[in-house]
Parts: sequence; C-alpha cells; structure tokens
Amino acid sequence: MRTRVLSFVLVALLSSATAHADITVGAAASLAEVMQGVGEVFERKMNTKVSFHLAGSNSIMRQIENGAPIDVFVSADELHVRQLAQKHLLGKTEPRTIASNELVIVVPVDAPATVRKPSDLATRHVEKIALADPATVPAGIYAKAYLTRAGLWRSVAGKVVPTLNVRAALAAVAGANVDAAIVYRTDARASKDVRIACTIPRAEAPLIRYVAALTKQGQQSAEARQFLVFLTSAAAHEIFAQYGFLPAP
Amino acid sequence: MPSAELWEVVRFSVLKAGLSTLMLTVPSIALGWFLARTRWRGKVLLETAVLLPLVLPPVATGLLLLNLFSRRTPLGAALHASGLDVVFSWRGVVLAMMVMSVPLFVRTARVAFEGVNPRLESIAASLGASRARTFMSVSLPLASRGIVAGAILAFARALGEFGATIMIAGNIPGRTTTLSVGIFNLVELGNDRAALHLLIASLVIAFAAVIVSELLIARAQVHR
Repeated sequence: MRTRVLSFVLVALLSSATAHADITVGAAASLAEVMQGVGEVFERKMNTKVSFHLAGSNSIMRQIENGAPIDVFVSADELHVRQLAQKHLLGKTEPRTIASNELVIVVPVDAPATVRKPSDLATRHVEKIALADPATVPAGIYAKAYLTRAGLWRSVAGKVVPTLNVRAALAAVAGANVDAAIVYRTDARASKDVRIACTIPRAEAPLIRYVAALTKQGQQSAEARQFLVFLTSAAAHEIFAQYGFLPAP
Repeated sequence: MPSAELWEVVRFSVLKAGLSTLMLTVPSIALGWFLARTRWRGKVLLETAVLLPLVLPPVATGLLLLNLFSRRTPLGAALHASGLDVVFSWRGVVLAMMVMSVPLFVRTARVAFEGVNPRLESIAASLGASRARTFMSVSLPLASRGIVAGAILAFARALGEFGATIMIAGNIPGRTTTLSVGIFNLVELGNDRAALHLLIASLVIAFAAVIVSELLIARAQVHR
C-alpha cells in the first residue's frame, strides 16, 4: 500500500514537471487585481499556469537580484527595471511599457472633508500621511516627486508614514490609522473604506509607467516570452482599461 | 543612512526596550508569583493567555493590536482624541515590545517563585510576618536572580521585535524605526553595509543580554 502511494506521488511529481512549464510573474502591488484578470485569460489561451508574486517593485527587484525564480518582472516604474538591466539580470528582449496610471489622494470613507486639494495636506487637519516608502517604492517616489514639484514636500515630510508598498498605504487609510494617503487611482477601487478626496493633475505629476521585462531565467522560457508579448496585446490593454488603468504613454 | 542616524536607531531601540521591560516588571512579578503560588479552576486559561504571544505568529499579534487600537475602535478613537495615538507612534513600538515579551518575563518569574521553598515562607508566616512582609523579605529576594534573568530575556525579546512592530508602529524614520525594522528596511533599500552595522549592534546587545542572563541563572542554581 505504502509503495503504491509513493509511486503515485512520484508519478504525479514527474508528470507535473514534464507538463507545460509554469511561469512566475513578479508584479507591482498596485497590479494585484488586473494581473489576476490578465493571468486568467492567458492561462486559458496558452494552457500555462501563471503564478503571481505581488510586492513593492523594489522588493521584487531585490529578490531577483538575490536569485528568486521570477520569469517576468512588471515594475511600476522604469527605474527598477533599468537597475536590473545595469546589473545584467534581465534577458535580451527589450522591456515594454504596458500601462499608465494616475495619483489620487485618498482619505477614510467617513472622514470630514478637510482635504479638498493637494495643498490641504499641509494644513494641521492632516497629521499623518501614508506613502509607499518615498525612498524606494515607485508609488512613493512618484508622490514625493509631485509634492516636491508642488512645493509641498517640506511641509508634509514630517507627517509621512512610509509603508512597504502602495497597498499598505491604502490599508493605513482604510483602517483610519492615518488621515490621508497618496495612491494610484486604481488602488482606491480596491477598498470600500476609503474615498478619493482629490486627483493629482497628471500634468503636474511625473509620468507613471508600468514596465514589463523578462529576467535572465524568463528569457529561456517560451511561455514567459509569450506572456510578455501578451501583456502588450490589445486583449491585455482592454483588461487593463477595465481595471481603470490608462494606456501606455 | 549616515552613522548618526544608525546610532539613533540603536539608542531608540534600547531605550524603548528598556521602557517596555521596566513597565512589565511589577505586573510580571505579580503574575509570576500568582501563577506559582495559587491554585484555582480556570488557572490554565490565564496561563495560556499569557503565553499566547509566544506561540502566535508575531504578525498576527500585530494585526490583533492594530484592530484593537485603530481609530475605528472606541479605544483607538479615545486615545486619538487625547493625543495618545498608539498606531504609527512610539507608543505602538513599546506596546508591541511589551506584548511580545511578557510571556518570557512571567514564565521566568513564575519558575523562580516555584523554586522558592514554601517552607521558608510558612516559617516567616509562623513568626508573625504578614503575607506582604513574607513576600518582600523572603519570596522576592530568593527569586530575585530568576526575575532579573526574566527581565533580561524580556529586554532581548523586545529588542528583537519585528512582526508586531511593523504592523502597529510601522517604519517612520526617527520616530518608530527600531533595530529590527531598520535592518529590514536597509536591506530593502539595498544598503547592505548600513544593515550590517545594525546587525553587529544587535548581535552585541543580544549576546551581552543572554550571557548576563545565563550567568544569573547559573548563580541562582548554585545558591539554592
């Protein structure tokens, strides 16, 4: 009996290894929902299992540097992709910009309307502002660049609660543990406990680019290469649009 | 991170871990004694409750605290109204440290009290000492080494706290960044050198704490 179970396990293991190669996609936290949508369509079309690893783009970059088995990297900015390229950790296929987004200020859904425009962040009504860590995480880097450009950074820097990724900043507002956060418009949809207080004009903010790239490991995998092509297809664009993303600039 | 800031992180962590241990001292001694010297129905429930943070994943404990102290709860709202925010403040750091280290402190204190010969206590009582006097002049001195060892373990655990801290206090530079959170953050930043400095600092502190605690426990056993 035991040998039969063992041989069954063995066969199962072997057959899973010889089936279609599965791919792992490391994607920016803000892509959580849309990537599930894209993944489902791709899985149905290609009969390949796609698993997603969602985190701040900087975390994923570190993990790739340290040899994590990731095939496709979808970063919320160009910087982290470029840093990997400089360290010769990407495949030879050119990275692609696949979508854009915009920044909004969110507040707890039941908060009084003290934030109506970005400069209200500098008033004393706002004590804590959650940002994805402005030193490392794309959403925070974009937000800091905007605040600096708008001349607000100096008055809000002391109020910043840096978080691991943009979704953690969203969660801090959802729990009413901070007064406001700057997140992507698409993130605001992910929580019922926040509302958008105002939108940051795109002309005044840095251009947000989601960039997809193959890692060295991904370059070797036909499925991973197909996934990268699929991300730039009309079908994928449509899914991105459904989830509120803007087309690639 | 410049070295002044690194030093500040070390100082902040040591001070807050010290404060956490100090605030735990009296309750842990009382609870340790209570668990060692009393017998009643349902005692096991209290014992389990005290030990819970030791076995629960720290992040889960942190989430529990976050839900308890969030501004959406009456408690959190009242604290916020009086300017005593716990979430994303140094108070959250100390709270996380206290909750995570209380099991070690209580358990060590309890074992220390259990090691005190009850006959010595009854002799003191038979000589007319009140219960409080017996405790202060017999039980407590005899258990003191074990209690100090418990305090040191609690301090070391507080210093190493990560999971609950990041949940409830976050990582605000200069305000809630502790040694453990700082190390994690520096690695995320790719600043491995500064992370290494913090690693060395925590190694030195932890090493010293454990050695002192081991010496005290060893001496306590010799003296018995």
